[in-house]
Amino acid sequence: MKYQSQKIALAYFIVAMALFAVQIIVGVTIGYIYLNPHFLADLTPFNVLRMLHTNSLIVWLLTGFFGATYYIIPEEAEREIESPAIAYLQLAILVLGTAGVVVTYLFDLFHGNFLLGKQGREFIEQPLWVQLGIIVAALMFLYNVTMTVLKGRKTAVANVLLLGLWGIAIFFLFVLYNPDNLSLDKMFWWWIVHLWVEGVWELVLAAILAFLMLKLTGVDREIVEKWIYGIAALSLFTGILGTGHHYYWIGTPGYWQWIGSIFSTLEVVPFFAMVLFAFTMVWKGQRNHPNKAAMLWALGCAVLAFFGAGIWGFLHTLAPVNYYTHGTQITMSHGHLAFYGAYVCINLAFITYAMPKLLGREPYNQVLNMVSFWVMSGGMAFITFALTFAGAVQVHLQRVQGNAFMEVQNQLGLFYMLREGAGVVVLIAVLLYLYTVFVPRTEEVISTQPAE
Amino acid sequence: MQTKSAARNIFFGGTIFFFVIFVGLVAHSYSYIVTTSTNVKTLTEAVAHGKKIWEENACIDCHTILGEGAYYAPELGNVCKRLGGKDAVMGMIEARQENEEDTRQMPNFNIKGKDLEDLAEFLCWTSTIKTQNWPPNEAG
Ligand code: HEC
Ligand code: HEM
Ligand code: HEM
Ligand SMILES: [Fe+2]
Repeated sequence: MKYQSQKIALAYFIVAMALFAVQIIVGVTIGYIYLNPHFLADLTPFNVLRMLHTNSLIVWLLTGFFGATYYIIPEEAEREIESPAIAYLQLAILVLGTAGVVVTYLFDLFHGNFLLGKQGREFIEQPLWVQLGIIVAALMFLYNVTMTVLKGRKTAVANVLLLGLWGIAIFFLFVLYNPDNLSLDKMFWWWIVHLWVEGVWELVLAAILAFLMLKLTGVDREIVEKWIYGIAALSLFTGILGTGHHYYWIGTPGYWQWIGSIFSTLEVVPFFAMVLFAFTMVWKGQRNHPNKAAMLWALGCAVLAFFGAGIWGFLHTLAPVNYYTHGTQITMSHGHLAFYGAYVCINLAFITYAMPKLLGREPYNQVLNMVSFWVMSGGMAFITFALTFAGAVQVHLQRVQGNAFMEVQNQLGLFYMLREGAGVVVLIAVLLYLYTVFVPRTEEVISTQPAE
Repeated sequence: MQTKSAARNIFFGGTIFFFVIFVGLVAHSYSYIVTTSTNVKTLTEAVAHGKKIWEENACIDCHTILGEGAYYAPELGNVCKRLGGKDAVMGMIEARQENEEDTRQMPNFNIKGKDLEDLAEFLCWTSTIKTQNWPPNEAG
């Protein structure tokens, strides 16, 4: 850690990891409700817990991005962060908003109140006051990091990172627009959801990955910077019109079936480019960085993002296929592996990299950390497979044969049991991961020798 | 440095290019929605109020509507057609009792009177949206 203000990242990572634990615990809970529908039904029904699962996911990923940015920007700009006080105030607002969300959902407070009650569009159910708070926090954040970069060294990594973060904030403003016409509502809702994960978040992903490659492989900055603009360009050129793959069946014109199919198929390219980038850098790089675990997570991120977003995305993105798979367990399987591979893994990679530096110690617990990577990724892959099979059966019985939804669901129990089993394995791996990054050791138990 | 600034310019120029096309198509889609695929005349205040009730109760986090949402409970974009009209939809929402059998249950939201009627009105309006013939069948 070269700059004092990089320490801000630590507080962000602690909050992010706490929410990560909550997200997975709630995920396993709703997975269990699939098996035993009466569980908690009177206390907190499925929909409330699902909101907690998805919202905590998104909030912790963003908190992780903020933390990573506060760590990266000083090193890139070669300057301290403009105002650490603003950074901590921003985190305080986010924590307050998160607490407000949890309490509002669990106790259904202020039901129907336009400012204080939950709002009920998927993923953006937060009460209006929380959304306004998020916007204020985002503005503080953008001011803080943009000023730091403007007064310091300007690098491609910082540029792409900031552009991604500005985009996140700008598209989030669409939460304030909720037309009465459901088709219009849906069309612009995707400006938040799709243009985030298949647009501006990809820029953040590429920038963090590039920073990690710079540090871990010691490859020339020149080379990294060329790649990063290339990846960013591929992401947005394909991802913007790729939004069309959500405009097939919501009341939008038929031409989206062509535009969406073609451009979203091309969305696979930037994810493939990230795999090439990561492995080329490792191959070219001279440095043998001691943090092997961070390298494993970074490479794993590129590969799993390619599978989750690229392969599992392509699986159902062509309009004639999506006609049958739209809104089934196929969508679920893709949602899990894509979010995990791309955005969970990049956060965990960065935290694995930064935590030893933030805590002022060597990268200990590496072997255990790497075990947690394999177990967690194996578990998520298993969840993805189970849901893909469930989805295939569901598509056949419900969409092709026309059997009623509930009848079909009753036949999918086996897959949901497999999903739940794998979910418990993921939870264990998450706890192991948290242990390895937070609990210090006095010495590395197993150093360069492989485990016996 | 030459290739780097070229790469950056292509990135910015291309992004603006694709975004402008996208905005143009979305603008066209906007007018298609309000003139062709949805019926704005029948989008009454009752329907708009029904949408609010739909959102306040976070129905979307169990159900899909036009294929989007959660996958725990039946698709509701075409529920009005499946059940055969507004009264049947109201009946289904009202009839929800907890703890009957071992299957998934819908909570009893205690939605009554005008709220219930408008909620059903919203679902029935939704089933009139022209969705390129999705879903493939009544099961949704
Ligand atoms: C906790 C999850 C949950 C929530 C929240 C929920 N539902 Fe349901 N709903 C279900 C389940 C499960 C069924 C299927 C029950 C069955 O068929 O046995 C269902 C069935 C229905 C049906 C009948 C569908 C059919 O094809 O027979 C309608 C209509 C409906 N829900 C409307 C709503 C509305 C409106 C809301 C919001 C006010 C809502 N639901 C919220 C779980 C939920
Ligand atoms: C990391 C990047 C990505 C993430 C995090 C992601 C995540 C998701 C999620 C969560 C959904 C479900 C949204 C909902 O609730 O309705 C979804 C839907 C979808 N995604 Fe992705 N996705 C990514 C990339 C991609 C790519 C690259 C493609 C195409 C190649 C793709 C194709 C689709 C399609 C077609 C749907 C609609 C599914 C349906 O019709 O139900 N995704 N994605
Ligand atoms: C880091 C890991 C995880 C990520 C990134 C993640 C992400 C998501 C996302 C994005 C959704 C919304 C999907 C959509 O709308 O298409 C979702 C829903 C869900 N997740 Fe997870 N999840 C994770 C772990 C888990 C685990 C371990 C379980 C439990 C076994 C689980 C169970 C569920 C369930 C049951 C739903 C709701 C499904 C429905 O709507 O019917 N998740 N998750
Ligand atoms: Fe998408």
